[in-house]
Amino acid sequence: MTVTNPSVRQTRVLGKRRSALLAGCVVTVMLSAVACGGAGTGGAKTTKDGFAQVPQKEGALTVWVDSTRLAAAKQYQELHPDVKLDIVTYDGNANGSNYLQTKVQLFNRTGKGWPDVVFSSQNNEVTWAVDAGFAAPLNKGLIPEATLGQFAKGANDVCTVNGTLYCLRNDLSQAVLWYNAPLLKKFGYSVPTTWEEYGQLGKKVAKEHPGYLVGDAGDSFTPEIYLWASKCGANDITGAKSVSVNTTSENCTKMAELMDVLIKNKSMSISGVFSTDFAKNKADKVLLMPGPAWFGGAVFKDGLKTPAGQIAAAPMPQWKGDSSPSTGNVGGGTWLVSQHSAHLKAATDFLKWVTTDNAYQGEKAPGFPAYAPAAEAWLKGQAASGYFASDLSALASASSQVWPGWGSGQFSQEAIWAATVKPGLTEGRTIVSMLPAWQDAIVKHAKSNGYKVSE
Amino acid sequence: MAGSGRGRRRGASPQSRAGMAFVAAYVLLLIAFGILPTGYAVYFAFTDAGGTFTGFTNFITTAQDFRFVDAVGHVTLYLVFWLVSLVLFVVGLALLLHRLASRTAGQALRFLYYIPGALAGAASVLVWLFMLDPTVSPVSSLLGLLGFDTFGEVIAPGNLALLFTVIAFWTGAGGWIVVMYGALNNIPKDVMEAAHIDGASAWQTAWHIQIPMLRKWIVYMVILAFAGGAQLFVEPQLLSLASVGVAGRDYSLNQLTYDFAFQMNNINGAAAVSVELLVVSVSAAALFVARSGFFDAD
Repeated sequence: MTVTNPSVRQTRVLGKRRSALLAGCVVTVMLSAVACGGAGTGGAKTTKDGFAQVPQKEGALTVWVDSTRLAAAKQYQELHPDVKLDIVTYDGNANGSNYLQTKVQLFNRTGKGWPDVVFSSQNNEVTWAVDAGFAAPLNKGLIPEATLGQFAKGANDVCTVNGTLYCLRNDLSQAVLWYNAPLLKKFGYSVPTTWEEYGQLGKKVAKEHPGYLVGDAGDSFTPEIYLWASKCGANDITGAKSVSVNTTSENCTKMAELMDVLIKNKSMSISGVFSTDFAKNKADKVLLMPGPAWFGGAVFKDGLKTPAGQIAAAPMPQWKGDSSPSTGNVGGGTWLVSQHSAHLKAATDFLKWVTTDNAYQGEKAPGFPAYAPAAEAWLKGQAASGYFASDLSALASASSQVWPGWGSGQFSQEAIWAATVKPGLTEGRTIVSMLPAWQDAIVKHAKSNGYKVSE
Repeated sequence: MAGSGRGRRRGASPQSRAGMAFVAAYVLLLIAFGILPTGYAVYFAFTDAGGTFTGFTNFITTAQDFRFVDAVGHVTLYLVFWLVSLVLFVVGLALLLHRLASRTAGQALRFLYYIPGALAGAASVLVWLFMLDPTVSPVSSLLGLLGFDTFGEVIAPGNLALLFTVIAFWTGAGGWIVVMYGALNNIPKDVMEAAHIDGASAWQTAWHIQIPMLRKWIVYMVILAFAGGAQLFVEPQLLSLASVGVAGRDYSLNQLTYDFAFQMNNINGAAAVSVELLVVSVSAAALFVARSGFFDAD
């Protein structure tokens, strides 16, 4: 109140200048933000290897991996010290978190930030990554045909859109029948070869050894293990944007009925193999467990801590009279290269090494390699490790038996099953009674994602 | 008018200029991070991916999505649970706290109420994921008494609105209790004494004096809680991840927005739902303010 007039004026002028400066700064920041938002990768593109490539330059190769594949990237770095590698760990899109898709859409808007190479544990990445202009075609010059030809039959089907390959499969996740060999012997049972025998065994186990399990139906990937193996046409991706859904065919209902009986007599668990209560209460009660190739390491060895010399793998049971053996599949990761990469040579070198080289795929990879020569080396390594009670040849034969009538669409089958069927199972409802609701949910999700649905 | 305006400016005190400077900074930030993004979202909501004006198409398309009505239902149910429990318990606990004669007990309780607020949103939800899993929960016996033996049973779809209410209450109510306690302390002592001399019971004092005098604070709390509750996202999203999808990735409207934007690449549809949420929250706030005389001078 006692401030004299001159200083008031000074303060006021200073204040005005500051305000103008501040306003100028804000406008500058906003304009730069807008300018950045509209910026592209810049420079003239050259069409090569089937797509328009940005000018190539020196610099670090950015690789996104999940925590499991971090070991692969680190091993590559050790073996290739001259390559500048920027390894970023992310969740690998486990359980449909869509992190990669979310990020790529943001990068597409800002015009920068894309990783050069990325691993995803989901098989359906190309369904959006091609439309989003992210995935680079690999069979138009980047990866030689001779290399591609050695992947297991059908392994890269999930990576192919209209005949063009947009990713490389890391591992196969064909389902087999895992079993506890000494326990099965102790109980005097033999490994079932048909689903009918499997069902009978489940009834026997419930009666003679209550508490022991012949399977688990508590995971979101349950339909991929049982219903896919039974050739249930719930998810036949028939085109880039079309799907055929029929969850109430005989192939679906007979498997659902079989599971309902076993769930009711408690020889099949409805807690997921990764749930805390399964690990606590059921870890030593697993007699049989249909599941994908990676169950051997990730579930039995690491999750349930089953001691060495117990777990063995047999072929998936088949329905009596069915002459064409079939099995399901749960995941199996994929590797993608970005179309926006300015280090394509380094990116493809890394991609080739990580998917085919024995140093990682043959010796270190936790899952069954999709690249056939590496798979052979991997099987030998598993046999030599001494963990399994049998050889894993069942995995090799199952790798070509994954039923092709079940595809990888843009919408997550696992999320649909988890939200639609799993709560009902917890409430005590049967799978058979929920098949129509499952159908309805798949159809709605497919349509909402722009798929043409035939029922 | 012009002359009187000049007169006011000439007479402005340094304090009021300082005040204006603070407000100016706030207004600038509000424009940069509040109004401009909102305007951008409104622009998105009425255009398509190519920037062409589409009228209400985005609103109609998203409202016709099969998950929309369910999500509206879920959020409405949650809001009812959340707002009712917030008003009842926060006011009740604040009154209780205020009546506690012992200073130490009062301080200890205020501290206790405030602790959960120290955990940031996502972290507190993670704490609850452990609390709700009977296998690892420290209160597993309580869950067992309620008939829950597995995590799957606890997070059954029918329980979700209640679970999110419990989580939100535990995370956010403590701060409000402390605020209400402060407001109760501001009630003039002579008013309370007069009530006491007139022989008013604790209940009568609370009902006829304290609660009416807390009214504006309660309205303020309800407005903020409504806006926050309508934007339910972190709780269902984390629970969905933890339950591997059982809790659903499309439980709330905000999750649906996220799905539209990043799963279905429909940013414009996502913006439409966001604008709807904004309109609902602002309308609700306006209604509460109008009905409660929130801005009336005392």
